[in-house]
Parts: sequence; C-alpha cells; structure tokens
Amino acid sequence: MKGQVVLVWRLAVRDLRRHPVEALMALLVIATAATTLTVALALSGVTNQPYQQTRLATAGPDVIAIEGGGPVSAQPVSSAQLAAAVASLTTAPGVIAHSGPYPTAYSAVRFRGHTVDVVAEGRDQAPAPVDQPKVMQGGWIRPGAVVIERGFADALGVHVGDNVRLGGLSFRVAGIAVTAAVPPYPSSLCHIACPFPAAVGSFGVPNMGLVWLTRSAVAGLARSGAPLAYLLNLKLADPAQAPAFVAQHPDTFTWQSVQSAINALIGIEQVALGVGGWLLGLLALAGLGVLASRRITEQSKRVGLLKAVGATPATVALVLLVEQLTLAVGAAAAGLLAGWLIAPLLTGTGAGLVGAPGAPSISVLAVITITVIALAVAAISSLVPAIRAARTSTVSALADAPRVPSRRPLVIAVSARLPVPLLLALRQLSRRPRRALLNTISIALTVTGIVAILASHAHIPIANLTISNLKLDRFNELTAIITVMLVILAAVNTTFIGWATAADGRFSSALERALGATAGQVTAGLSMAALLPALPGAIIGIPLGIGVYHLLASGTPLTVPPAWQLAGVLLATLLAVTVLTAIPSRLSARRSPAQVLQTE
Amino acid sequence: MTSTRPVLRASGLCKTFGSGAALVRAVDGVDLDVAPGETVAIMGPSGCGKSTLLHLLGGLERSSAGEIDLAGECVSGISERALAHLRRTAIGFVFQGFYLMDELTAIENVELPGLLARRSPKAARARARELLEQVGLADRTGFLPSALSGGQRQRVAIARALINQPMIVLADEPTGNLDSTATVEVLRLFESLHESGQTLVIVTHEQRVAATADRLVSMRDGAFVDETRMTGGSRGDLGKLIGLGGE
Repeated sequence: MKGQVVLVWRLAVRDLRRHPVEALMALLVIATAATTLTVALALSGVTNQPYQQTRLATAGPDVIAIEGGGPVSAQPVSSAQLAAAVASLTTAPGVIAHSGPYPTAYSAVRFRGHTVDVVAEGRDQAPAPVDQPKVMQGGWIRPGAVVIERGFADALGVHVGDNVRLGGLSFRVAGIAVTAAVPPYPSSLCHIACPFPAAVGSFGVPNMGLVWLTRSAVAGLARSGAPLAYLLNLKLADPAQAPAFVAQHPDTFTWQSVQSAINALIGIEQVALGVGGWLLGLLALAGLGVLASRRITEQSKRVGLLKAVGATPATVALVLLVEQLTLAVGAAAAGLLAGWLIAPLLTGTGAGLVGAPGAPSISVLAVITITVIALAVAAISSLVPAIRAARTSTVSALADAPRVPSRRPLVIAVSARLPVPLLLALRQLSRRPRRALLNTISIALTVTGIVAILASHAHIPIANLTISNLKLDRFNELTAIITVMLVILAAVNTTFIGWATAADGRFSSALERALGATAGQVTAGLSMAALLPALPGAIIGIPLGIGVYHLLASGTPLTVPPAWQLAGVLLATLLAVTVLTAIPSRLSARRSPAQVLQTE
Repeated sequence: MTSTRPVLRASGLCKTFGSGAALVRAVDGVDLDVAPGETVAIMGPSGCGKSTLLHLLGGLERSSAGEIDLAGECVSGISERALAHLRRTAIGFVFQGFYLMDELTAIENVELPGLLARRSPKAARARARELLEQVGLADRTGFLPSALSGGQRQRVAIARALINQPMIVLADEPTGNLDSTATVEVLRLFESLHESGQTLVIVTHEQRVAATADRLVSMRDGAFVDETRMTGGSRGDLGKLIGLGGE
C-alpha cells in the first residue's frame, strides 16, 4: 500500500516537473480564477444590510437634534436655551428614550503629518441608552484619550495606542468604534445637517472624520476657538414615524437620512461590486472551462503510457487525480489568499459599519465553494481521460489516435477563398468550436464590464454637491480596481487560450509548414484564430455593458459612453488579444516542423 | 534523364544535435546529386540519419554545415520565408504516417498545398481531382481519411505532394505503415511517377521499395557508405520480382 502511494506520488510529481509550462499555466489560470471568485463571493457580504446591523448594535437613534452651532464669532448657545430645547424634544409625543445633549466641536486632527477636519463629540464614560458607539477595538473614552470612528481610523491608518493631536493637544487612541447616528467617513454629519458653516468651503463639504472625547476635552477644544454645537439622540416608539417627527421639529434629522447618505455613498458601489463580482466569476469559469478541456487533451497519451507499463485504470485515475489535485489545491490556496488581500480594497466604505468590516470576511462557504470548483476542475481534468482510457485498449490509448475534429464543410469551402492566414485561422477554429465560443464569452464579459463602468462614469454627474464628490472618488477607485481585475483575468484567459490553441494545433501547424506555409502565416493564423472569436465578443460586449448598467442602476436614463471610448475599448481589446496570442503562436511556429511531425 | 545538370545537389551536408559529449552527428558529410527524372532510394538501418537527411533536402530543417542546390540555386542560407516558398513550389513530401488532416476529405487534403501556393480554389480543386483520378481514388474524393485504408491514405498523400508540380518528391518511408497489398499499390504509383519523369528521393529500409529505384544509396551513422546503380529500376529484374513493370 505504502509502495503504491509512493509510486503514485512520484509519477504525479515527475510529470508536473517534466511539463513545467503546462503546470504553471494551469496553476495561473486556477489561481487567478480562485482570486476573482474569492473577491466576488466576499463582495456579496458587503451588500447585506450593514446599516441596520449597526443600528441594532449601537442602539441607533431614530432622530438626531442639533442645537447651536453657527459661525465662529456667533454667541454659543446658553445653558438655559439648551435645557429648554432638550426639554421640549425629550417630552415630545412618541419619544421613549434619549441621550445627550453632547457637546460637539468642529476641529482638526493631526496624525503623521496629515491634518483632517473632524467633528469631535463629547461623551460620558458611562454607556448611553441611545447611540452608544460600539467599540470594535480597544476601549471607550477616558480622560486624555480619544475613540475614533472606524472608517476614519482606517483611512487615517491610525491604531489603538497611537497618539493624535486635536486642537493642539495630544490624545492617545483608546479605541475604534462604529455608530449609526452619523454616516461613516468619508461622509459626515455635515453631509446631512451641518451646524458648522466654517466647514463648508466653496467646493462643498470636505471629507470629515468623527471622534469621541470626554465632555471636558470637547469643552477644551471650544475654549481654544473651535465652533461648538450640541447633539441630542432620540428614540421613538415607532422608528418609522421619524420623518413626521422631524417635520414638526426644526434642526432635527432622521435615521433614514443617515441611511440615505450611506446608501448614496455605497449604493452605486454595491451595483458596481455586484456586477463586477458576477462578471469576474463568469470570466473565471470561462477560463477554467478552457483549462479543463486542454488538460483532458494533454493527458490522453500519458494515460496510454501508464497503461502500457501495467498500471490499472484505477492507478491511472489516481496518478492523474493526485497531479491535478496538487495543482488545484495549491492554486486555490494562492487564489484565496490573493482574494483575501484584494477584497478590502473594494469594501473600504463599509468599514464604518458593523457587518462590513475593513477586511470583508472570507466566509467558510466561500472557501468551500472555491475549493470545490478548483477540485471539480481537477477531477474533470483527470477522470475524463482516465475513464476514456479505461474504455479503450492500451494500444489505442498509447497511439493517442486523435479524435476526428469537428468538420465544418462550409467553413472549409469559404476559407479556401481567403488569404492563407485567414484560411489557417478559420480551419483551426472549426476544429475547436467550443474553445472559440469560450473565447468569445471571455472577451464579451470583459468588454461588458468595462463598458458598464464607462457607462456609469458617463452617468455620474461631476458636481460640487457634497456627497457626489465622495461618491465619485470612491466609485472611481472601486471601478478602477474591478477594471484592473477584469483586464488581468481576461489577459490570463486570452494568453492561455492562445497557448492552448497553439499547443493543440502544433501538429497541424507543422504539417501546414511542411506543405509550404511560412512561419509568419502560421503565426498569423493562430493569432487570428484567437482574434476572430474575440471580435464578436468585443462587439456584443458593448451593448451588453450599456444594458447591464442600465438594468442595475435602475431609474437612471440609458447612458451611452462617448463613441471614442467605445471605439477605444474595441480597438484596445483586439490589439491586446493580438499581442497576447501572438507570443505563444510565434513560439509554437518557431519550432522545427520536422521535429514536431516526428514527435507527434 | 535527359539533362546532366542535377535537380538537387547536396555537398558536405552535416547535421548535428546537442554539444560536447552529447553531440550526435545525424548527417555527417553527405554528398548527393539527383538528376532530373531519377529515382534515388536511400537505405539504412533505423536511426542512421535517413529521415534527417530528407528533412534537410526538403528544407524542413537547416543543416549545420554543407550546401544544398536546387535547380542550380543554393538554398542553404535562404530565409525561412524563401524556404517555405520552396517547400510549396519545388518540393513535395510524402510521409510514413501520411499526415493527412483528419477533418478534411481526400480532395480537400490534396488541394491544401495548392491553396497555400495561392492557386485559385477552382484551379486547386480541379488539379486535386485530376490527381486523385491519377492515383486511382476518383471514387473516394469526398471520403475522410478515417474512411480510407492505409494504402488509400498514402495515395492521397502522394497526390497532395504532386499538386504544385514539384521538381522533386521526397518520400520518407512511404510504405512503412502499409501491408503488402497496399505497399504494391504505392510502389506502382511511384513507378508511374518515375515513368512520367518525376524526380524522386525515397528513404526506406525496405528492399522492395529500393528495387524500384535507378540508384540505391546505403547509409550508416549519418554517412553514405555505398552506392549502387540499378539496371532498369522497377522495369528491370528486381522490379519484376516484386510484380512491377517488365510486362
């Protein structure tokens, strides 16, 4: 038994070593696919209801009232005014609980050379019945210490135990927390109802952080000239009545407006993440489909050799399975790790909310799904040739008699009338129509994604409205990452398809050269065999991309990116396909036809 | 053999693989002249370099040293593109393994080099049909290789080698994969080609094939070791022995 295990392992490892390029390509395709699937699955968690979870976890207020504020020179609100306002609100019908009023100052935080505007809220050390920020790391406020809103902490790169400067004083970071009372960074209170006119510049509201200090520390900031206002958090018997309550009481805003501000910021992102995730997932599966078919072709002759030296069908299946599993498990692990590292780049906005932490959780389900897909590819790649081999005689398996490729009389007749490279390309394509289809799908998905992103960019107005600027910045960042991932995955798929086409067409290419085709014609033929299916894919991807964006960004008018952008995408795609497939095609065509004919 | 100028001349031809202690001299200083219309058979044991020599003569491989002249023109240092041009216009190949495209019918296989040589599809098809008739496969033009016998496949391959009216046909073990009946079919075909004045170089290790030649060259360890001029080729006594010519 032990000897059998050692033998199987040796055979598997040696074959991998003997074909390093094939093994590397398989590893790359599976790892890239696993990365994108990991990201796609991780993103689905972000689109859950993080705000609702945050409201529950922090006893989020239904209505927030602002008292005071105004220009720096204005008189601060008096204690009597504040008491009267609080009394009128907390005793209003429907109010069942409250916290505050909390002094809130507009100031700036300095950390490692960066200065960022902040709203500093003075809090009690004791927990509040309404809007008690949930500490995610460290502890709650104490004298001389500050707690920082998580989205802001992430952006600033600050950690528990660091020191920051506020109003000229140094504070130690005691903790990092989340709240449902104001939208998380880069949005802020001032994007909803700003009591600090000084914060609003000519270009709208800047990105503002939120920090919690002791009441006395905020009073200290006010004494040093920071504008001061008061926040009062109210809990209603019926949270749905918040808009009606706000309509009767000036200087108040609802939890729904906080949610709207968050949704305005992340809603479009969720669309982008959803579409991007699906496109990346489908693209990865297209690549895996090509890989599986190529591995099946590759393994057929090896099966014959193993059978010839006495291996049983079970041993043959085991050797192939071990070989493929080694690749699949390694690649899936690498892909999961890469996806785990990349996913946080896409979900930064959700960092300020419970349920969407800075690093989106790679759920057990996601790990299982990816592993199962990778193993399925491995199993198909090994078991299909093994089963085929078990059904055929050893001599036939050893001869590796190729299956008669599919024959398309019309393509053969039409191609006879075309220039030599096109003739070779069309005939190459007709031999492997399913691979051509996967190539078309792969390119169509990529172009769909890119065009959808272009359409969304064309739609978002660049205005100096407060939240739109944030939205645009974040959206640009997000779509840039998705675009890069789409392009990388498509490039890997295209290169692999080009390589697989060249490898599978090695014999026919060598024969065509022996019969008089030049190396250049063969190279051009192989490149065109990848380019021809890419062309309809790229063309289909344009209306698909526009349609997908229109469907998902419901309620928006149909947005068509400028013609020059669409033409650019089309040309760039075709150029990229040509370049990526020309390399393996050229390498293949450089081999001596005599050697290929003798070894095939 | 009306002209004395050789169609093909190789002088000092060498082909080595590897280097140092692993250096292998597959072809080692071969000199060969092939006259127009002549059939030359090259014989020798497996691994003696026959096929490599044929690949060098046909421009499928480049030599390590030596020169090859085709119709008086040196082709040794020419570009890859020019070599390809040569393969499709001046040389016809017949391989032991037939090397037909599995998805193409007999006639489509035969016309392929014609299309690569930019003949019009109509002209290539007409010429392919004519050649298939010539090799006795007029009723098999639409058959896929998988539906043909070994001998029929090799006859298709021979027709394919002839489509561009090459100066010389190079055949590498053309009967190596055939049974006796099919071998005789193919030998008859070579005989008719010979009679029509086609220049042929046939690599073989089979005596019956060699018996059809005008000249027999023996090869060992990459070099020519013996040369025999046959009397009458396939029309002579040896030809009669294998059932060819000499009616």
